[in-house]
Amino acid sequence: MIVIENLAKHYGGGGAVGNAVEALAGIDLRVEAGEIFGIIGRSGAGKSTLVRCINLLERPSAGSVRVAGRELTALGDAELRAARRDIGMIFQHFNLLSSRTVFDNVALPLELAGVDEAEIEARVAPLLDLVGLAEQRARYPAQLSGGQKQRVGIARALANRPRVLLCDEATSALDPETTRSILSLLRDINRRLGLTVIVVTHEMQVIKDLCDRVAVLDRGRVVEQGSVFEVFTDPRHETTRALIRDVVGQELPAGLLERLAQPHLSTGGRLLRLVFTGAAADAPLISVLTRRFGLDLNILHGQIDEIQGRPFGSLLVLMEGVAERRDEAMAWLVEQSIRVEAVHVG
Amino acid sequence: MSAELLTLFWDSFVETLIMVGAAGGLATVLGIPLGLILTVTGPGHILPRPVFNRSLGLLVNALRSTPFIILMVAIIPLTRLLAGTSIGTGAAIVPLTLAAIPFVGRLVEASLREVDAGLIEAVEAMGATPLQIVRKVLIPEALPGIVNGLTIMLVSLIGYSAMAGAVGGGGLGDLGIRYGYQRFMPDVMAMVVVVLIVFVQIVQSLGDHLSRALDHR
Ligand SMILES: Nc1ncnc2c1ncn2[C@@H]1O[C@H](COP(=O)(O)OP(=O)(O)OP(=O)(O)O)[C@@H](O)[C@H]1O
Ligand SMILES: [Mg+2]
Repeated sequence: MIVIENLAKHYGGGGAVGNAVEALAGIDLRVEAGEIFGIIGRSGAGKSTLVRCINLLERPSAGSVRVAGRELTALGDAELRAARRDIGMIFQHFNLLSSRTVFDNVALPLELAGVDEAEIEARVAPLLDLVGLAEQRARYPAQLSGGQKQRVGIARALANRPRVLLCDEATSALDPETTRSILSLLRDINRRLGLTVIVVTHEMQVIKDLCDRVAVLDRGRVVEQGSVFEVFTDPRHETTRALIRDVVGQELPAGLLERLAQPHLSTGGRLLRLVFTGAAADAPLISVLTRRFGLDLNILHGQIDEIQGRPFGSLLVLMEGVAERRDEAMAWLVEQSIRVEAVHVG
Repeated sequence: MSAELLTLFWDSFVETLIMVGAAGGLATVLGIPLGLILTVTGPGHILPRPVFNRSLGLLVNALRSTPFIILMVAIIPLTRLLAGTSIGTGAAIVPLTLAAIPFVGRLVEASLREVDAGLIEAVEAMGATPLQIVRKVLIPEALPGIVNGLTIMLVSLIGYSAMAGAVGGGGLGDLGIRYGYQRFMPDVMAMVVVVLIVFVQIVQSLGDHLSRALDHR
């Protein structure tokens, strides 16, 4: 649905290469139809610039952007305006017109497209039902809560029946509960309308709850991408690890870990992190390790979670026992598709 | 106060009304487009035209900085061309309008600039043309501010119209000078001042009221 090739964006500099900001460089991305695709990265990584390049609110300095088979960078002004009707967008600060009621805000894109009044009424009313704002249709944005405003934003973005929805920090101005309700609305829309959704956020929980795949941006480059499950359970890039630390695999404070582990390590124990996903997540592995291999296991920290409906968990254990049996146990764990990582302290 | 004086008073009031109304109306019709052009051709706006924008800005500033009394005299040939005469109430409308247009232009520009860039971006993302952005976003969103600007302009015009006596424009200010000052009739002067104060108050409250009614923020 969206194919981005070798995209680059520089700001300013006025010809002097030295002080130009390289906001994006060498971006290649493919987003499939019907997918919810997340983009994460630190502040200033270029996330907003990237989504704004998808509907050409920002003109790329180089590279191509294809949406629904149409090469946007090659279009003239009028064609681009028509193409933009296929791409809805919602914003962190909603960007609703204060001079228009809820109904008229949602009707705006249709007015711009020259849709007649009867048709507008026929299309806006069901959208207001969809986002649960039928009763607020005559209110002005100033009379709505943040969550309601974003619902208006969503209804407005859907009015032209787009095939792609771009969301730049769409829930960042909302409290956690409202965020959850907006996310479930987005998921619902994605399923019902088969809409392709791009989500830019600094809230990892949003990615974890909503997205199918995710790309990690760092200083204008994609440093990692894949299914949310893979990227979150097995992050490869330093930036990804730093970003997702708070939502997956919470760590013990370093000092506490050292205090707990040190006495055992000095007598030959080993500190391991066992990461299990899918079916292995609910296997009784501790008791197997104890009975079959005669090992002593001391669980220091553990957690289990779910991403895209698939369970995954991690256990931080101190393993003590005969060295040979320990090696057998490790081999057995790997056989059970459990990832074993040695953890170093101090 | 004699009946004769009362008639004179009424006539002067009507003259003020005509000058302020006509100049205000014309300045609104011409000043709003001027403000729009100043805004949209500005740097970073929807139709940036840097050279044009700066030139127009200079012209507007030049007109704005010319004292009204000098402007009135300086443009007498233009006045004669447009009004057919250079004296009288009709003739006074020309310099009043010319002074008010750039004033309205700047006030309108200031209101339009306050429209959040995010709104413009949102409708650009919907595929709006520049003209649609102006009609559907800029003007409606800035309308309360524009109304405030027009109120300020009308109040200023009431003040300026008092100087119209210099070209035989008549009006309350002229009455005050001729009778109150030159003929030592302090009661006429006081009356003129009171009427002007009430007039300004009414214009201001109507403007405030309308602006508030339009404002849904
Ligand atoms: N109009 C602009 N002019 C100059 N530099 C810009 C402009 N817009 C963005 N940048 C720069 O481009 C880089 C990427 O900015 P961008 O807004 O895309 O980051 P982001 O990942 O969305 O950050 P955040 O999480 O803070 O929203 C930053 O270094 C920023 O300073
Ligand atoms: Mg951003």
